[in-house]
Amino acid sequence: MAAAATTGKQKWGWGTANTVAVALTLIPLLWIVSLSFKSPAAITDANPWPKYWTWSNYSGILKTSQFIRPLINSIGIGIIATIIAVLLASMAAYAVARLDFPGKRLLIGMALLIAMFPQISLVTPMFSIERSLGLFNTWPGLIIPYIAFGLPLGIYILSAFFREIPWELEKAAKMDGATPLQAFIRVIAPLAAPGMVTTAILVFLFCWNEFLFAISFTSTLTSRTAPAALAFFSGSSQFTSPTGPISAAAVVITIPIIIFVLFFQRRIVAGLTSGAVKG
Amino acid sequence: MSTQTQVVAGTAAQAPARGRRQLSEGARAERRLGWLLCAPAVIVMIAVTAYPVGYAIYLSLERYNLELPNAVKFIGLSNYAAVLTSPYWWHALSVTLIITVVSVAIELVLGMLLALLMHRTLFGRGTVRTAALIPYGIVTVAAAYSWQFAWTPSTGYLSALFNNSAPLSHTGTALAAIILAEVWKTTPFMALLLLAGLALVPEDLQKAAKVDGATAWQRFVRITLPLMKPAILVALLFRTLDAFRVFDNIYIMTGGGNGTGAVSQLGYDNLFNALNLGIGSAISILIFICVAIIAFLFIKGFGAAAPGSDLGRR
Repeated sequence: MAAAATTGKQKWGWGTANTVAVALTLIPLLWIVSLSFKSPAAITDANPWPKYWTWSNYSGILKTSQFIRPLINSIGIGIIATIIAVLLASMAAYAVARLDFPGKRLLIGMALLIAMFPQISLVTPMFSIERSLGLFNTWPGLIIPYIAFGLPLGIYILSAFFREIPWELEKAAKMDGATPLQAFIRVIAPLAAPGMVTTAILVFLFCWNEFLFAISFTSTLTSRTAPAALAFFSGSSQFTSPTGPISAAAVVITIPIIIFVLFFQRRIVAGLTSGAVKG
Repeated sequence: MSTQTQVVAGTAAQAPARGRRQLSEGARAERRLGWLLCAPAVIVMIAVTAYPVGYAIYLSLERYNLELPNAVKFIGLSNYAAVLTSPYWWHALSVTLIITVVSVAIELVLGMLLALLMHRTLFGRGTVRTAALIPYGIVTVAAAYSWQFAWTPSTGYLSALFNNSAPLSHTGTALAAIILAEVWKTTPFMALLLLAGLALVPEDLQKAAKVDGATAWQRFVRITLPLMKPAILVALLFRTLDAFRVFDNIYIMTGGGNGTGAVSQLGYDNLFNALNLGIGSAISILIFICVAIIAFLFIKGFGAAAPGSDLGRR
């Protein structure tokens, strides 16, 4: 860009704006990290930073099944829902990108509708349906709705992605003597993989974050996910406030995701914006 | 970029067309394969959305309280009448609309500033972009707790900053705190969508206008904004409908108390506190209708730039 035209004053202006933007995004995160390291007595000192650091909140929550079990549920439900959603979305997206068939517009329209669907509208009827089917408070009871809400995202990102793949390469590989399977595994799959990874990341983030279904369709630790468990957290004894443990649990479920997001940031940004800009 | 896309698109569109002329059998096989590949996704999406909505319509016409399972009875539109004449519904709806309009308006302005910052800044660009993804990545419930504790008197730094006040216990200030939490969490998403739109504004056009003596503000209003209109509309649509279903932040920060419950909270409370499936379903359907109206107004505003129209065309 116009690097030469940028004066020192402008540089300062941008630098300040950058610093402010970064600080504003970080403060709420640092605050909950700070709370999680405070002792129960120090929680109410309103200090932005703990005077004495303690791991007691962490050791407390990691000892109780109140937190460990939901953590396992979150990971299991998230992974299963993600794999199935990416698989089904890849099939549909391949058809949208490569094949000519009536009803394609309808599929895209439906995916778009579901992406914007108010989840609360589903809670009452799904609660009733899941109870009569025996899905209430089970893993599939959450996995199925998560797949349905992951699909639109997946179909969008993947069909945009699949259209960019030079499919002629497949033919070229076959001409060079590759079998269709070899052509697919050696040529097409490596090209499609980045799009599928991007989709998987975004779908998993959705499942990990989801809260309304998680508190509505579960009632015990057998299937409650981590964000839902947080909302039902109580202190280690009934006389201690749960502020410290909640903060520690919030940090535990957040930090890996943030590392993950930062590590895959290019993919995530590309995935989030692909559907929106190209249509 | 876009020409390249068109070339690829062109070859993809030609191939099936040629196939059909020569061999209609092939075209039919292609259709079948297309439907077959889409079927699983379509079945799951219908099973989880269309079917429950249909069932909710049916439930909403019944008197159905889980505490009185033997008193289930068809009562027509009485549930709707009950909801629409209830001050709770209208209060929740106005709270939802206030949160939606105010937070989306603030997000649009801040998101645009953040997008311009990420687009124009020369050094530290990576840092800003990385930092902007943190609110997006953080679990909403975790962030909501961070805000709740921050506003709790004698615990939080924000409360201490405002004379140890308890803003979450008054409707107005609590709504402001909820809106702040929403804005913090979702502005980066808005900024990323707008940034993608900004990248499509040709640099030459900006330079030409600069040579012609246009000020930075004139360039922004006359060139950048009009060219970004599709990106802005898409971002606004996504965020408006997303804000309308606000739930996590309110549930954690106030539990819907002190007059801060949005429609999602009302629907949830009706199911789990009042155990009333009939009324709960009527609320579900009314929320669905509200969202449909908002989406319809936006899509009408889009015209040909509606999201998905490009994908569907081929």
